[in-house]
Formats: sequence, C-alpha cells, structure tokens
Amino acid sequence: MMNYLWAFLVGGALCVIAQLLIDKTKMTPARILVTYVCAGVILTAIGLYEPLVDFAGCGATVPLTGFGYAIAKGVERAVNEVGLLGVVTGGLTATAGGITVAICLGFIMSLIFSSKPKD
Amino acid sequence: MNKEEYKEYVKRRAKRSSSFKNCVFAFLIGGFICVIGQALMELYTRLGATTQNASTLVSISLISVAALLTGLGLFDKIAKLAGAGTLVPITGFSNAVVSPAIDTRSEGYIFGVGAKIFTIAGPVILYGIFTGVIYGIIYYLFG
Repeated sequence: MMNYLWAFLVGGALCVIAQLLIDKTKMTPARILVTYVCAGVILTAIGLYEPLVDFAGCGATVPLTGFGYAIAKGVERAVNEVGLLGVVTGGLTATAGGITVAICLGFIMSLIFSSKPKD
Repeated sequence: MNKEEYKEYVKRRAKRSSSFKNCVFAFLIGGFICVIGQALMELYTRLGATTQNASTLVSISLISVAALLTGLGLFDKIAKLAGAGTLVPITGFSNAVVSPAIDTRSEGYIFGVGAKIFTIAGPVILYGIFTGVIYGIIYYLFG
C-alpha cells in the first residue's frame, strides 16, 4: 500500500513542478516535455534518479523524467553488453516500445477520428 | 486604495489563486495517473514480466489509453483541468503525438499526419537521445 502512496506523492510532485514552471515562467508544454526528458537522463547519469525509482516506482517512471531514465539505463545496459556501439543503440532500444505504440496509434487515430473544434 | 489599485489587487489575487488551483489539480490527477501505473506494474509483474518489461508495458498501456481518449476528444477536456497533471506523465507524450496527427489529416498523410506527428515527439526524442549519447560516451570512457 505504501508503494501506491509514494507513487502518488512523487508523481504528483513532479507534475506540480511543471505546473509552476508553466504558470510562473510561461514555459510552453513542449519545452516542459523536452526539459523533463533531458533532466531524467542527467539525473540518472549522476545517480540521483535510480534511488527515486526504487522508492517511488511508477511515481518516478511514469512522468517524462522516467522516459529520460529509461534512455540512460538503456545506454548503460547496451554499453555493458556491446561496448561503444551501445552508446548509439541503447537509448532508442529502451524506449522503442513507447515510441512505436504512440506513433502507430497516432496514425490509426488520424484514420478514425476527425479533429474536434477547439474551444 | 483607488479604483486602479483595487483592479490591480484583484487581478493579482485572481492570478495567484488560479495558479494554486492549477497546482492542486496537477498534483491530484498526475498522482492518480502514477497510481494507475503502479497498479498495472504490479499486475504485469505478477503475470511474470521482468521489471524492465513490466515498466515498458505500463508505458504502452498508458500511451494507448491516452491515445484513445485523445481521439475521442476527451483528453483535452481532462487536460484543461489537469494542466501539467496529464502533460508530465507519459500520457502527455501520447497526446502530443496523437493530437497533431488527427488535426493535420487535411494537410495529407505525408506532410500532414506523417510529419506533424513528430512536432513535439521529435524534439523530445532528439534531445532525450542526444543527452543519452553524451552520457553513453562518458559512461563508456569512465563508467
């Protein structure tokens, strides 16, 4: 049960930081996403993000920083397995599932649905 | 205070309280999405997936639900209330891919859907992977 509590609190807190950045600095959502992914890679690289993942589970892996975490861990794994080549194969390999599903569903949705008028 | 000052005061207060409200909804809805993720994570692990595979399956599941909600036009309604609460979880990435795909169908399937699907996903993937490559080089040399 504590797993869920920490996932909720940490995940919620990561969203609040982004909300504050949007409200206070007028950062666009696209910049937030890019910043979060890069922050996830850097925080993982310096060893700060893995403890958060161990502690908060999906509270740390579901936010976009977790996407960065997956890239960094993927690079580490690939370098350990195949050496220098892993530098350029690890990141996309680790995130391939999410990216593939997102773009394929995006295409399928564009076939099924037409755009709604924005209000 | 005079009328102008009062107007300014009201404006400032309104801005602050709406930002506070935004943060509360971002926290609750963002936290809730992570709890759903955690529940799925435990389900997939119980079904025999490794931690890494279960984590990928969680991402895929949340991306799929967000893609469908985007198609149905419901995602925008939730996002209006949730703000960063639906943007920051992987659901926001999914919405950022699916939404322009649907919106640009009239521009054709190559330069419309095919290109615009990466409007936000492109920068996210580029800078994420680029940062990863730099880390990879450092990790290879000193790790």
